[in-house]
Amino acid sequence: MSVEPPVTPEPRETGRRDTILRVVLPIAVLALVVVAWDLAVRLTNTPAYQVPGPGLVVSTLVSDWPILGASLIATLTTTFEALGLAILGGVALAILFSQSRLIEYSLYPYAVILQVTPVVAIAPLLLIYLPQPAAVLACAWIVAFFPVLANTALGLASVDRNLIDLFALYGASRGQILAYLRLPAALPSMLTGVRIAGGLSLIGAVVAEIAAGSAGAGSGLAYRIAESGYRLMIPRMFAALLLLSLAGIAIFFLLSLLSHLVLRRWHESALSPER
Amino acid sequence: MRGVGKTFASVVALDRFDFAVREREFVSLLGPSGCGKSTALRLIAGLAAPTSGAIEWRDGKKPERGALGFVFQEPTLMPWTSVAGNVELPLKLLGLDHSAAAQRVSTALEGVGLAEFARAYPRELSGGMKMRVSIARALATAPPLLLMDEPFAALDEITRFRLANDLLKLWQTLGKTVVFVTHSVFESVFLSSRIVVMTPRPGRVFAEIPIDAPYPRAESFRTSPEYAGFCRRVSQTLAQAVAGAAA
Repeated sequence: MSVEPPVTPEPRETGRRDTILRVVLPIAVLALVVVAWDLAVRLTNTPAYQVPGPGLVVSTLVSDWPILGASLIATLTTTFEALGLAILGGVALAILFSQSRLIEYSLYPYAVILQVTPVVAIAPLLLIYLPQPAAVLACAWIVAFFPVLANTALGLASVDRNLIDLFALYGASRGQILAYLRLPAALPSMLTGVRIAGGLSLIGAVVAEIAAGSAGAGSGLAYRIAESGYRLMIPRMFAALLLLSLAGIAIFFLLSLLSHLVLRRWHESALSPER
Repeated sequence: MRGVGKTFASVVALDRFDFAVREREFVSLLGPSGCGKSTALRLIAGLAAPTSGAIEWRDGKKPERGALGFVFQEPTLMPWTSVAGNVELPLKLLGLDHSAAAQRVSTALEGVGLAEFARAYPRELSGGMKMRVSIARALATAPPLLLMDEPFAALDEITRFRLANDLLKLWQTLGKTVVFVTHSVFESVFLSSRIVVMTPRPGRVFAEIPIDAPYPRAESFRTSPEYAGFCRRVSQTLAQAVAGAAA
């Protein structure tokens, strides 16, 4: 029996140039902004307690590293704990919803309410009833779990009708349909939810730390920003802000990489654009 | 095997639909779009229940799980697993463990000429190859009955011809019974030992035409006057079936 040749991807030169531009252009913009910032601060003789120059921010980052590093670890710990719990909770709830319409109808509205109520408004209450670390974690979890839940639920529901028929033809059990069909089919949208949740759990942690603020026991980066603000240590505020941004970027790339590694063999989203 | 089916759906898709399939036959259900051909196939497969009438089997009981294979109009492969993983699925669902299934998977893949693509992913395959995988999956449980719902409709003509040739060879060597749904006169004449011509909605059996040209039918059959004669007869019957319903 003869067989048609397989379709092979064809890498193109323009694709590679495009990739280089994607990396080089943002870096060039960054360099330009930093130089302009530096010049502006120098030329106007702006004092460091108003706007510190980029050099001072970096040197503060280095000199204050013992404090800021510990704070970074505290914030990241909260973020990843919240993300982990959000994935667990979101996926478990989505599976529960996909198995029982009654449970979905009963609980889904409350998941939405939890999501649309601004977390800044919930944080002070949580801080009254929970010990501070638990309250911060709870805030981060509240904002992070909904995208996981919503995207996973969508993925579990959008399965090829014919594949469902195929499973029915072989008398598959509910468990088999879930394990071999619905969960793998939901994986791409689940990972989208996780990627969104990664950024949100950092935001949730920061919001809760700021709200906790004067409670004092906190040591996260957002707490450092608030504290430095009170003490007019503006360069340290900038340094802490820089660290937060870098942490956010790192989380985004980490989760994107994870998503790519999981999906690269089969999903359209992992295809290189030139194909 | 003897299946007599009658049904009403919410829209009357099939009305007093009645036909029998004998063992080792290659029967085509031929009719215009929306005449309920696919519905008939789904009823036979047990994917839908008839609203009236019943489907009878020769030994009086429904076929066991895995005793019939179904090929959909689209390849309907799971993109997240390899070709071998897709073909293994029916065996896995029937509770075979991986090592027991492996032999059957490779036999099925050899049957459709895709043995060396076992580790490829569906995305890497052409449309015709995907359909071969789909056929291999339907054959994995070695079912005596194969149901095919316009499996070649989305393929280009060259691929379609090649797959039709290969399907005929498989049918002969494996000794299956095939029920094949199509709207192509030429395809049904080439493949079938019997054609059931259906009327448009509600679907009924309009005529049964035996195609008594001998097997194996090679490529030369497609250009023979005999083939042209059958095609003319079937086309005319189909035209009458459509006109009769319109009147």
